[in-house]
Amino acid sequence: MNHPDLTPLLLSLKVAAVSTSIVFVAGLLIARFLTRKHFWGKHVLESFLLLPLVLPPTVVGFGLLLLFGKNGMLGKWLAEWFGVQVVFSLTGAVIASVVVSFPLMYQSAAAAFSGIDRRYEDAARTMGASEWRVFWTISFPLAWPGLLAGFVLSFARGLGEFGATLMLAGYIPGKTDTIPVAIYFAVEAGQMDKALFWVIVIVSLGMGTTMWLNWWSRRSVRRFANTK
Amino acid sequence: MLYVDIQKRLPDYVLHARFTAKDEIVVLFGPSGSGKTTILNCVAGLTHPDAGLIRLSDTVFFDGHPKKALPPQRRNVGYLFQDYALFPHMTVEQNIRYGMKKGTNLRLDELLASVGIDRLLDKYPHQLSGGQKQRVALVRALATEPDILLLDEPLSALDADTRRQCQDELLRLHEMWRIPFLLVTHDREEAERLGDVILVTENGQVHPQHPQSENRTSLHAGIERESSGGRS
Repeated sequence: MNHPDLTPLLLSLKVAAVSTSIVFVAGLLIARFLTRKHFWGKHVLESFLLLPLVLPPTVVGFGLLLLFGKNGMLGKWLAEWFGVQVVFSLTGAVIASVVVSFPLMYQSAAAAFSGIDRRYEDAARTMGASEWRVFWTISFPLAWPGLLAGFVLSFARGLGEFGATLMLAGYIPGKTDTIPVAIYFAVEAGQMDKALFWVIVIVSLGMGTTMWLNWWSRRSVRRFANTK
Repeated sequence: MLYVDIQKRLPDYVLHARFTAKDEIVVLFGPSGSGKTTILNCVAGLTHPDAGLIRLSDTVFFDGHPKKALPPQRRNVGYLFQDYALFPHMTVEQNIRYGMKKGTNLRLDELLASVGIDRLLDKYPHQLSGGQKQRVALVRALATEPDILLLDEPLSALDADTRRQCQDELLRLHEMWRIPFLLVTHDREEAERLGDVILVTENGQVHPQHPQSENRTSLHAGIERESSGGRS
């Protein structure tokens, strides 16, 4: 294997990048909203949002197939109105990755936001700052370490997503074969050297991510030390 | 002139507060849990009473409808929080400039020098001593050029010497600014040293206590009538 085909790496990075961007914004907004509002059914909604964390990925994939399949509610609608086919496409891989990594971002963001002393925000309000300014100058920077942790975890999770991706996007070489899917089918086909190559790549990526996260969070803990 | 006449249900009792404050230092004095901070928060708009009226000069802050209450952003209130709530990720200068109005004539350098924190501008809050934090928070609150200053136990975290100094500073700043200062404390000595008027809060009730001299009180007539046997 002199020139390994690098498509799986590019596809994985592409899927993880797009899904993490979506998950970061959605997780941040929903966490921000839910940490300050109290309404009937909030706990049910929260449990539902966290469900992909505890379900087998195949179950998530099955649910997504029902929803986005050719005859699924959303799938039919998307196909008729936008001509978009989710099943067996990279869009499907992105959707699977979004659903599976959302709970990680949501949990990190919710913890980060509820960890902020509300008096900082109150102080800013009494000083005339609009809610928008309070968010961008106080809440966001103070929650940043937690938000970044959520971002990195979601990215790593998106990179490694396998089960739901396989169910929804399938294995189409050059089109939907992200690294984890490529590893599975390489092993299945007895191409152990190819599988090993991708294993090394994804282990390095994972190690790099967690090491960086560790280093960064220790640094930011130092920066925020003794702040109370 | 601040006019407060509010009721608010709290877990253990119903808070009734009725008083006025001219451009003087009004001290709310009482044990912890007696509703002092809640009164400040109602004036600042961080929480709302269940009923009543809060008015500062001609501006109505609250007139019985929590949904229609004036938001804290528009009350122009300076608030010195109990442990100061200095923004930990901003320098002293960024903290102080945060609420300054555009095109203000405020002489910030004079204000900074007058409380001796002009050399701390580049420091972060966690690098400051208790007394320095207190002064920074005070300048930050005044830098917004508020119409009233609320102070929640502003000196309780300080040692005795620093506390004495800061009390003198507060009196001096009040002389300069001439706006109502509404100050919460549970320290009787401090209440008597700083207060032009002392209001005692106990179990949700607010009673006047006449300080050193009678003529320094400026309580709303209604309270005096009520406390001396009710009104018709």
